[in-house]
Amino acid sequence: MQAISIKGLRKTYSTGTQALKGVDLNIEEGDFFALLGPNGAGKSTIISIITSLTRKSEGEVKVFGTSIDEDPDKAKTYIGLVPQEFNFNIFEKVIDIVTTQAGYYGIPRKEALERADEIIKALGLWDKRDTMAQQLSGGMKRRLMIARALIHKPKLLILDEPTAGVDIEMRLGMWEFLRRMNEEGTTIILTTHYLEEAEELCRNVAIINKGEVRLHKPMKELLESGKEKLENIYLEIIQEAKQEK
Amino acid sequence: MWTSYYTMARKEFVRMIRIWSQTLLPPIVTTSLYFVVFGSFIGSQLAAIEGFSYMQFIVPGLIMMSMITSSYMNTVSTFYFAKWQRTLDEILVSPTPNWIVIAGFISGGMIRGLLVGTLVLIVSLFFTHLVIHQLAIVILAGILTTMLFSLAGLVNGIFAKGFDGISIVPTFVLTPLTYLGGVFFSINQFPEFWRIVSLFNPILYMVNAFRYGFLGISDVSIAMSFSILIAINVVLLGLTVYLFKKGWGFKN
Ligand SMILES: Nc1ncnc2c1ncn2[C@@H]1O[C@H](COP(=O)(O)OP(=O)(O)O)[C@@H](O)[C@H]1O
Ligand SMILES: [Mg+2]
Repeated sequence: MQAISIKGLRKTYSTGTQALKGVDLNIEEGDFFALLGPNGAGKSTIISIITSLTRKSEGEVKVFGTSIDEDPDKAKTYIGLVPQEFNFNIFEKVIDIVTTQAGYYGIPRKEALERADEIIKALGLWDKRDTMAQQLSGGMKRRLMIARALIHKPKLLILDEPTAGVDIEMRLGMWEFLRRMNEEGTTIILTTHYLEEAEELCRNVAIINKGEVRLHKPMKELLESGKEKLENIYLEIIQEAKQEK
Repeated sequence: MWTSYYTMARKEFVRMIRIWSQTLLPPIVTTSLYFVVFGSFIGSQLAAIEGFSYMQFIVPGLIMMSMITSSYMNTVSTFYFAKWQRTLDEILVSPTPNWIVIAGFISGGMIRGLLVGTLVLIVSLFFTHLVIHQLAIVILAGILTTMLFSLAGLVNGIFAKGFDGISIVPTFVLTPLTYLGGVFFSINQFPEFWRIVSLFNPILYMVNAFRYGFLGISDVSIAMSFSILIAINVVLLGLTVYLFKKGWGFKN
């Protein structure tokens, strides 16, 4: 089963920016997948389209076989999203943010509270349970968004630059947590512009630049062809992007 | 699905109660001042209107005015902030259908409007005694009006691009129409020209329907009032559903 199947995906924003120029991408169930690319490559745009937050201009997207056009609500139940930007109400308490999200997924309040406590503990936010989100550190806010994304036990977890601005120690902890989630069966897609992060965690990788997939391979194959080579490929692509600017 | 609706409504209600000094108190203070200044001081100098004291006459209008403002302000601000802070995405990524999302926002506005209306009614009891001609009309007019202005506030919130976008309509459209909508006077006291102009103000019909429920008097036909209320509700609901389907103003 394919967790994600994307065919001929195009997106032109109302500003005229062509963010995606025909993306094809298949991600298998159970995969730990990296979408690697420099800033402005189109990573967040792909994710917003998969999660129905942005409308596509053209193409086809399926989540576990369900088309986002035909049954968007069903497609949404499979996904947990950790967006790039913080998007919770900073005046709400940690526990309320997580349980409210559970409610949106149809989980009754009593069960939501139990699940929320469990998940908050797992992410090391237990002592911040009744703290206002505003008072959390950057890394904690990121973990809060992970807790929120996992509350309905999604089959697919998508993280958009989860470690941007997170310190090394916390990053290692987060990697550990994600690895365990993946071992327990959750398909994970993350975007990053750190090559090391993709190397460390992911089984498959796609390098994307200027709205196009430039390379899509198993990590192992890439590493076999030489670590330097991979770095060079990536640097080349980034260089290209810089020159255009 | 109902859990999702219940979650939205509950969240709104909890917020409303938590920050009661911003959501519930201001309209009560304002209308109390109206009761004192217009009702007691000035009203006592004025002739009775169709057998009711001026105070009794303005009570339904002032309740209506506070309900209109509260329900409108509730949806326009909650929706705009949800859009601006991107917390709207929390709902949009979930499998909650659009009509439930709309119902959730509308319920927030209606609960606030009806709650404020009830509180203002209780305050009015300190100034005059309660007369109820037909309770069913009071309730129906209250529900339809708060629903209408919750929808209108939501549409405003969808279109608003900045903070001025959420205050222009209330200040330059809503407030004047409300003040001229027969809250403080019967349009029969107007010169003919202005009386006819007033008949184009939809709020006039709502205030009069509501007043009819309390006092049994009205400047316009009650059937007409309810037809207008229902018609505007239907149009606004259709528009809101359409805007949500297109993701207008909140989906790229
Ligand atoms: N809301 C938007 N309106 C117009 N252009 C946008 C919008 N969001 C992103 N873009 C543009 O689309 C391109 C891809 O952006 P994005 O998907 O955010 O890249 P990434 O996540 O890889 O950094 C960029 O050129 C960006 O400027
Ligand atoms: Mg991005």
